[in-house]
Amino acid sequence: MTIYSPPGSDGAIVNYETRYDHWIGGEYVPPARGQYFENPSPVTGQNFTEIARGTADDVEKALDAAHGAADSWGRTSVAERANILNKIADRMEENLEKLAVAEAWENGKPVRETLAADIPLAIDHFRYFAGAIRAQEGSLGELDDDTVAYHFHEPLGVVGQIIPWNFPILMATWKLAPALAAGNAVVLKPAEQTPASIHYLMSLVGDLLPPGVLNIVNGFGVEAGKPLASSSRVAKVAFTGETTTGRLIMQYASENLIPVTLELGGKSPNIFFDDVSAADDDFYDKSLEGFSMFALNQGEVCTCPSRALIQQSHYADFLGAGVKRVENMKQGNPLDTDTMVGAQASNDQLEKILSYLDIGRQEGAKVLTGGARAELPGDLAGGYYVQPTVFEGSNSMRIFQEEIFGPVVSVTPFADYADAIKIANDTLYGLGAGVWTRDMNQAYRAGRAIKAGRVWTNCYHLYPAHAAFGGYKQSGIGRENHRMMLDHYQQTKNLLVSYSPKAMGFF
Amino acid sequence: MVSRVDVTPAAADLMRSLRGQHGPLMFHQSGGCCDGSSPMCYLEGEFRTGQSDVLLESLTIDGVDEPITFWMSASQFELWKHTHLTVDVVPGRGSGFSLEAPEGVRFLIRSRLLSEAEIGELGGT
Repeated sequence: MTIYSPPGSDGAIVNYETRYDHWIGGEYVPPARGQYFENPSPVTGQNFTEIARGTADDVEKALDAAHGAADSWGRTSVAERANILNKIADRMEENLEKLAVAEAWENGKPVRETLAADIPLAIDHFRYFAGAIRAQEGSLGELDDDTVAYHFHEPLGVVGQIIPWNFPILMATWKLAPALAAGNAVVLKPAEQTPASIHYLMSLVGDLLPPGVLNIVNGFGVEAGKPLASSSRVAKVAFTGETTTGRLIMQYASENLIPVTLELGGKSPNIFFDDVSAADDDFYDKSLEGFSMFALNQGEVCTCPSRALIQQSHYADFLGAGVKRVENMKQGNPLDTDTMVGAQASNDQLEKILSYLDIGRQEGAKVLTGGARAELPGDLAGGYYVQPTVFEGSNSMRIFQEEIFGPVVSVTPFADYADAIKIANDTLYGLGAGVWTRDMNQAYRAGRAIKAGRVWTNCYHLYPAHAAFGGYKQSGIGRENHRMMLDHYQQTKNLLVSYSPKAMGFF
Repeated sequence: MVSRVDVTPAAADLMRSLRGQHGPLMFHQSGGCCDGSSPMCYLEGEFRTGQSDVLLESLTIDGVDEPITFWMSASQFELWKHTHLTVDVVPGRGSGFSLEAPEGVRFLIRSRLLSEAEIGELGGT
């Protein structure tokens, strides 16, 4: 067991600066209007740094820098870009523990997750796209003896990226790695809830990229995100967030006739067929962990398995064992490596979760465990903690239909395969799903029948590079985490070449 | 008069303030992850509503000349229509492009079940 000291305290392995400006053109630039906002740690509710409050002027400056850098960056060899991405990964690996503590402090997530998942996945992601861009090839089509169609990949130019707060470094990496690998310059806006950890990352890797290739403008959505998303100077916008802002970003993009990629969340079903309980073995134990995965990252995951569908024939026993597993979760100081459940990322997130615990009860859902704010002692008393909660109810309830984004699972039984698929697909969203069964034919059929972009089969919450991630239905547009993401950051150039010396004969 | 959406006094205060700073306002209720399930406050007309949206209420706020519209996507409304919504405000960082976020506060929806009588008056939905 290790308990890390909070950044800024005696014995801390990592410290934040007291203030972060915008990172523009390879240097820190104060905000045009000179304003800053406080950044609290959800662990304690106390402010730990202040952040530049960006506006349209700052976004323009960042776009100037990006446009200044885009052409030469886009012409670098893939080997050079891949080397830089690999160096970023190496620096991150050398500083993995520091990055993990920095991110846990800013977001409230348990450091055991940032040490084992967030940061290692981010490191691997840079390496994956370093490899993917090296291996990418254009194509040629020999149309006839004299005519060849060559297809080249070209960068889009300057792209805008708006990053969510649930995985501040990993989500930035998911967008940055393919964009940079493909040769684009980037203007990135971190979430206003978690703007600082990406700047800690830049303190480690900022010197590796040519000035202007990556620019970071901090600030609020309406003041900095909107000017970026609506700018006629970006060739594409990538956003992770929710549906209304997703629509607004598409609306702005339509005004500029540019593409978007959107990842807008879900209400992911996690299906447990009765053969899971056929033996009390490792797989049964793994399935119970799978049930408990709704509490990973305090439920602040777009693919949170927030609906557990359990087959009637083993419902009571499996649910009983699942609830027991949940009750054994250790909640507390996110900087303690034994802590499994940390703090929600912000006060408004806490309030929203509590409002759902309220409407869940009003609709008649039964609280099997949890169901309230977690009151923790000492310095943690000011933090934003929610008890891991298991609701039992029916799929028409709002707690079954809306992403609570908290450590809350809503459980309902199903009769048979057809009933499971019907309930699973009775949702506006289609991002993730889980299927648990010992019958691989059933697993295959269920996986293909569920209308979601990612169906974890006998596992959950794995996010390896090289497995495409993205949504069906209202969960968004596009895929991340896979080399196909390069297509979202590239144009196709076709050179149609005639090797014939003869006129066509028309004129 | 039965309504689908009410506002708390604190939320009304904030709406008056935002109206004064920015101009006429509208809300669109979000769904999905991160800041989903939160009401987003925009300048009236900033967010393009269409056939896939439902106007739940035109809110009358003392001190605001024009009504403030409250919208939701029709598919989401199908799942919310049995509940009454109250727009409240809490301290927070917010996100999305909602106008109040820079004030250090965030609009929040509190919900209760509509009674049978209310549902009847609202047209049986």
